[in-house]
Amino acid sequence: MANLNLKINGKTHTVDVEEDTPLLWVLRDHLGLVGTKYSCGIAQCGACTVHLNGEAIFSCSMPVSIVGSDEVTTIEGLSEEGDHPVQQAWEEIDVAQCGYCQAGQIMNAAALLKKNPSPSMEEIENAMNRNLCRCGTYHKIREAVAKAAKI
Amino acid sequence: MATLTKTNRRDFLKIAGTTAGGLFIGFNWLGCDSPKMEVLSDEQVLSQAKNFNAYLSIAPSGDIVIYSPNPELGQNIKTSFPMVVAEELDADWKKVRVLQANLDAEKFDRQLTGGSGAMPHSWERLRKAGATARYLLVAAAAKEWAVPAEEITTSEGMIFHKGSGKEASYGDMAIAASMLEAPEEVALKDKKDFKIIGTPVKNVDSRAIYTGKPLYGLDFYREGMLHAMVQRPPFGMKIKSVDDAEAKAVTGVSDVLTFDNNVAVIGNSTWPLMKAKKLLKVEYEPDGSVESTSDHDRIFREMLDTGKAEERRKDGNVEIAFKNAAQVIKAEYQCPFLSHSPMEPMNFFAHVKENSAELIGPTQTPDRAASSAAEILGIPKENITVEITRLGGGFGRRLRADYADEAVKISKLINAPVKVTWSREDDLTGGAYRPAVRYRFEAALDGDGNMIGYKLKGAGINAGNSTRENNFPSGAVENVLIESIDHKSTITTNAWRAPITNFLAYAEQSFLDEVALAAKKDPVEFRLALLEKAKTNPVGGDLGYDADRMIGVIKTAADKSNWGKNPTISQGFSVYFSHRTYVAQVADIEMENGSPVLKKITAATDCGMVINPTGANHQVRGGIVDGMGHAMYGNLTFENGLPTQKNFDKYRLIRMKEVPQIDVHYVDSGFDPTGLGEPALPPTGGAVANAIYKATERRLRTQPFIEQKEFEDLNLVIKRS
Ligand code: FES
Ligand code: FES
Repeated sequence: MANLNLKINGKTHTVDVEEDTPLLWVLRDHLGLVGTKYSCGIAQCGACTVHLNGEAIFSCSMPVSIVGSDEVTTIEGLSEEGDHPVQQAWEEIDVAQCGYCQAGQIMNAAALLKKNPSPSMEEIENAMNRNLCRCGTYHKIREAVAKAAKI
Repeated sequence: MATLTKTNRRDFLKIAGTTAGGLFIGFNWLGCDSPKMEVLSDEQVLSQAKNFNAYLSIAPSGDIVIYSPNPELGQNIKTSFPMVVAEELDADWKKVRVLQANLDAEKFDRQLTGGSGAMPHSWERLRKAGATARYLLVAAAAKEWAVPAEEITTSEGMIFHKGSGKEASYGDMAIAASMLEAPEEVALKDKKDFKIIGTPVKNVDSRAIYTGKPLYGLDFYREGMLHAMVQRPPFGMKIKSVDDAEAKAVTGVSDVLTFDNNVAVIGNSTWPLMKAKKLLKVEYEPDGSVESTSDHDRIFREMLDTGKAEERRKDGNVEIAFKNAAQVIKAEYQCPFLSHSPMEPMNFFAHVKENSAELIGPTQTPDRAASSAAEILGIPKENITVEITRLGGGFGRRLRADYADEAVKISKLINAPVKVTWSREDDLTGGAYRPAVRYRFEAALDGDGNMIGYKLKGAGINAGNSTRENNFPSGAVENVLIESIDHKSTITTNAWRAPITNFLAYAEQSFLDEVALAAKKDPVEFRLALLEKAKTNPVGGDLGYDADRMIGVIKTAADKSNWGKNPTISQGFSVYFSHRTYVAQVADIEMENGSPVLKKITAATDCGMVINPTGANHQVRGGIVDGMGHAMYGNLTFENGLPTQKNFDKYRLIRMKEVPQIDVHYVDSGFDPTGLGEPALPPTGGAVANAIYKATERRLRTQPFIEQKEFEDLNLVIKRS
């Protein structure tokens, strides 16, 4: 077991967990931040996407001991009022079906737009292709990322 | 009279409270342009609200609570049901908050999600629920103002009497109205007066979803609960021995126990259990037939060649028809097992107490979960509560109660509240799949290319009846024989989005394409001619479908896709009727640099009245993406009772760059609404396969397409404009 200080959504949290515990399960089971989802656990679906120093990563495949003092942002901390341009665009376009994949989609889209504020449709697709949506909301996700880039 | 507050102020509702269990229950998001107001929590509203019926309460504040009884898994029922109630109530949608109802057999009927049946089943009772409350509010106002009720009008949560100039809000009249006797009969609105139905109302949970609130079963947490994961046996096997020493040694694991044919690891969080499960050493031995995909291929052939099938439908005399035929066309089509793989894996919380149990989780059939728990525990069903969380997809998998049963059994064994979580590997290997099926089709054509005989023999593995004998083209052909035969397997199967038709439609619509081409007829004209016959002179009495509605979607799809108008576009046609809804689709392929490029699928749907265009488009597009994804990529094969594909690295789901443009159209037939969760899926595989044939003369008779030799050097490109 290790005592770790994690910087999550602008606050420092101390957790006592095994070092190999994936960041995903620390967030979900130890910190109650369940907005970050589990679906495959092997970096294939993107449901667990969070930001590590602004980069979109798969938290299911990131042992918590590697996180160190890097800044973690989860869907709960993406914006204070839930009004990040990507969240607004998702709301506007009404993207979700079951909604389970959408936190991961939003985090991935937000990281993309930070790096590339006005991506082409091809760039959007290249970035978003790593997130699965079993309900098939892909058309709306494309539309919403493009819309968020304009907010 | 209560003072009238300006009711059209645009309240900004912040996160609206939690239930005792800590689960987020409801929300209403009204746009970020509105000022923030003091807003009542759901609990505050509920404590003041007056109950009008099972669906509906109104608070003096004017806040309206509408309960949605059916499980929400992305089909948007939690938004569309309340829209219907609010429509007849003449409510101000901005004042409506929607709560998921728990299982309540006394208040609600058919509290399940399956068969695309919720809307047709509940359409009228939802309308009546709203209309009755409106009637009472009007009656209360008429009494208070001493004016005839007939002179009173309502609009957006307000009550008006023109003659006296009086007006009141629904909140003002809520208490008085709730004390009046409900009428036995109530008039419903004329459909042309609908203001909410037919508009793109937003998903009522959207803000909670986009801000990461705990909505789903997997998010549920209760102080003091334990976690459990279960190791299940391969199909046809039973436990011979268990060595749990290493698993037990994992920090965070409190217990390992064997129940039924399973081994459960128990602990205080999920990750230690995932680790411990991998360290379990469980030996299995055969306990029935242990099957592999190679066995199934042999069993299919045996069933089709020599198996004694059950006759499902017989019209005329196929023997004579085939003997007299100028041309006979034969083909076989096969589909593999598929996993449902909703993004949220199976999970359930159970707290079994002495003579009661509390269940919380994602289920399509809360009633089945309760019945099953009652049976396991030997206690009355009334002592079991089921709270329905939002479901991260279902696709039929959550019609079963197996994962809830596990939570019940483990909670009883360890005498503690517990949440059972399945890993993705558990989900892919844990059973209840879409059955594998193989079909043999035969068609007899006369000298003019008319189909005079049609034979279908379906062979399934735990598929039950793998045909839909009364569907088209039955009724349109004089001589028909439809048979079904099934192999009982140890591999468990279950309804999978559009059961049976999810594959049958592809096989049948591809085969009809083969027949039309052999008859040298245009595939659309060929189908229309058959339907004309079904309409004017149906074979075998009543049709299982409405020929006019099927003709309607065929013509619309042909028209909207410019069917046959552009010789550089290879088009594939498909049409299917399932779950009371009609959907026709056209897939467009163009050749670019020598490669076929799938660019567009055009769909025409007749689901009667469209309640919510956004939700409807979601279901049609989502169904097409699903149909296309599984036809192209989905495959679950077995080796000694165990699936070969255990996670999304091997079990391939469709991704964003693999979907074409999808254009969605509706046929306004004037009928009451029918469901849309399933019917758009069945036609897609056929439309795509037929377009591929048109473009390349490669006939794809087995799914998934990408694993067929016909597909190997096809270089199919998929594009979105
Ligand atoms: S859960 Fe991390 S990528 Fe799927
Ligand atoms: S909305 Fe259901 S998985 Fe994406």
